[in-house]
Amino acid sequence: MTMAARGIRDQVAIVGMGCTRFGEHWDKGAEDLLIDAATEAFASAGVSKEDVDAYWLGTMGSGISGLTLSKPLCLDYKPVTRVENMCATGSEAFRNACYAVACGAVDMAMAIGVEKLKDSGLSGLVLPSAPADGTASELTAPALFSLLAPAYERKYGVDPAALKDVLTRIAWKNHHNGSLNPRAQFRREVDKATIACSPIVAGQLGIFDCAGVADGSAAAIIVRAADAHRYTDKPVFVKALSFVAGPASGTADPAYDYTTFPEVVRAGRNAYMEAGVENPRAELAMAEVHDCFTPTELVIYEDLGFAERGQGWKEALAGTFDLDGDLPVNPDGGLKAFGHPIGASGLRMLFEAWLQLRGEAPPERTIRSIAQGRKLALTHNLGGAPGECVSFVSIVGREPTA
Amino acid sequence: MKRGIVAYGAYLPYWRLARSSITAALATPAGRGTRAVASYDEDTTTMAVEAARIALAAAPEGVRPHEVVLATAAPAYLDKTNAVAVHDALGLARSAAAFDMNGSVRSGSAALRYAANATAPVLAVLSDIRTGLPGGADERDGGDAAAAFLFSSGSEVVAEPIAQASATSEFLDRWRLPGETTSHQWEERFGEHEYLPLAEEAIAATLEEAGVTAAEIDHFIVTGVHTRAVRAVQRSAAVPAGAPAKDLSAVVGNTGTAHQGLVLASVLDSAAPGALILTVSLADGAVATVLRVGEAILQYRQRRPAGGTVAAQVSAGRGELPYTTFLTWRDQLRREPPRRPEPAPPASPPAARHRAWKFSFAASRCGICGMRLVPPGRVCIGCGALGQMTQERLADVPGVVATFTADRLAFTPNPPMVVAVIDFDGGGRFRCELTDVGPDAVVIGTRVEMTFRKMSTSQTIHNYFWKARPVREEA
Repeated sequence: MTMAARGIRDQVAIVGMGCTRFGEHWDKGAEDLLIDAATEAFASAGVSKEDVDAYWLGTMGSGISGLTLSKPLCLDYKPVTRVENMCATGSEAFRNACYAVACGAVDMAMAIGVEKLKDSGLSGLVLPSAPADGTASELTAPALFSLLAPAYERKYGVDPAALKDVLTRIAWKNHHNGSLNPRAQFRREVDKATIACSPIVAGQLGIFDCAGVADGSAAAIIVRAADAHRYTDKPVFVKALSFVAGPASGTADPAYDYTTFPEVVRAGRNAYMEAGVENPRAELAMAEVHDCFTPTELVIYEDLGFAERGQGWKEALAGTFDLDGDLPVNPDGGLKAFGHPIGASGLRMLFEAWLQLRGEAPPERTIRSIAQGRKLALTHNLGGAPGECVSFVSIVGREPTA
Repeated sequence: MKRGIVAYGAYLPYWRLARSSITAALATPAGRGTRAVASYDEDTTTMAVEAARIALAAAPEGVRPHEVVLATAAPAYLDKTNAVAVHDALGLARSAAAFDMNGSVRSGSAALRYAANATAPVLAVLSDIRTGLPGGADERDGGDAAAAFLFSSGSEVVAEPIAQASATSEFLDRWRLPGETTSHQWEERFGEHEYLPLAEEAIAATLEEAGVTAAEIDHFIVTGVHTRAVRAVQRSAAVPAGAPAKDLSAVVGNTGTAHQGLVLASVLDSAAPGALILTVSLADGAVATVLRVGEAILQYRQRRPAGGTVAAQVSAGRGELPYTTFLTWRDQLRREPPRRPEPAPPASPPAARHRAWKFSFAASRCGICGMRLVPPGRVCIGCGALGQMTQERLADVPGVVATFTADRLAFTPNPPMVVAVIDFDGGGRFRCELTDVGPDAVVIGTRVEMTFRKMSTSQTIHNYFWKARPVREEA
């Protein structure tokens, strides 16, 4: 096992954030969403676009090059880097902006993500692709992730009906949390019977097991930790930034059993090392994880050490990850209810960590773990499919490590 | 040295359309029985590959085709040679040639005659997809199939053509303009009037050349594009009462270009050594051939896979296809497309770079750790070694379903798309689409085999690749 990256714990901090409502923005283009998220972030930090030295823009398919941002914001000849890393795109913009500040190249950076998905007129997510030989499978994302459920059932002896209850409860929890969030795409509670009986999309997964396809944007302003209090009394310090792209061997290796994402395990392990976290279940106040489909969230509980292997389903049923549970997961509603504009999602997760750690979440959505003394929040993305994905994990906290 | 058929195989698609379903939908009498239907992901090229694989699976040791000729009246492409995709899908050497004999039903006779008269081993493949307008006789009586015959010289000849003759004369009976999907036929009594004397002349000439009489014929095969004339020839010849072969029209239908090959394969499946077969094909004239079954047929039957016989495939077919699905698959019913993008067509350069993978389903095996990579790679996922790979064709290696799912969102003319993770015997894993199956017929552990299919046709380009199907039931 090689040593992971050293990391930049406590070297940089977030001092301002913005996040649009996610959903069907028929009256707004990607440029409008970028302006809205950036404006809110500038105001939050009390700075202007001129104060930001460099920009990182994450978008999967809503524009290419830095011009996608510099043009709508009328930036004054600033560097804008456009990045893409599938569903980790927004987090990747954040990671690179943090590194630029940490290394001293710039004093202030903005990471901003956007996606405008609803204009395609198509169902589900459509990925851009390079000319190819025509041998790749045409399987959709829900079908790829549906492979997790039967594998989990088989490995841990959970019968399909019991697992369906678990997946239903995960969707129900995230919809409940989203119902308390004015920025979420879906703001109504959904009862368990509706979720369980929703039309099947792939394998055992119904419509309500899938995250919403949405438009949206979110942004963060990053400065060196030493400068952070100039902009806010309550900066959020970056403890860990971990990103891995796997060898994609799971699709070709018979040893891979579809009950884990090795990429998530590795990204989590690196992040815990960077942040000095030994027991995530006990130390984290909350987590925002990539619940693109309900079985994904179940497997992530175990991959990130929130639950023992084979126990995640029991913990989910016991309410461990509920808003008032021991370790709240996706208190903002997650991809499921908040919606999933690809390039914005990673930054949207950080936005919830920002609100919760600063005590700014509305009372009905405030998690109890922070009042109980926990100080760290985790965000997580994965992009790709079981056996072949990229994964990101960040850990942020209200206080520098003593 | 004797020259003749040393290996053969016919391919029947899995799907059957009950003629009663036409009656039910259109209220026009469509008779009894079923017809074979090529799946939405099959065309004459893919069916040719399947028939050829059955034939080559039991070819005599060391006999590989030096040429492949493909005859069809429904070519997948014009200008482009369809036999080349068959050539690559079979993993034939670059030095082996590939030619099409396209357009007319009679091209089937041309391919067989060419292969019989050549000197090197030649694979003749006959393939056809037949349909007509809804409610018509061609739709009802047609069928889809392919048949392949490997001709070579030597002691392993299972059937030797000992005489051949033809009678040719111009008249308009059945025709189709380029671009039309269904054919036209003249008033049928006229065709019978033209065909009958032509058949009699060809039969007389070939029997004379063979030095046998009609009374000595054990199996009499008459096929053709004109149903009435075929029956008339069957009745008129002075062959023994038990000689006329079953023409498979009740279950399979008339498979056009492929039909003489299909019925010959069916007869060879059970013919005794020494038996004499007289075949007559009626298509713009008559072509007659006398074949003698060789002793080697007995060993051939030992070697070949049991599921490859015509009878086994007749019984493995499923008569479950709704008429509306049949119409959809044959482009006779326009359906609302899904709100998903059209599949991207394959780009020519990457398809060519990966031709061993795409067409021949060749994986790679690591020379260091032995791991098999599907698709092939240059760096081993097992040990990380670079450049230690050898190529291994997996097209004929069966596997087992490790896990699977049914995708109701993905576009397919036969929803839901069933996709399985396949673990191959001897190593290697690949996630691929299953075909000729419903989602309820698959379980973890289902044995599967690979089959060459058309994944899509998009922007005028056919995308050929391999899918998996449950191992066919054995007879």
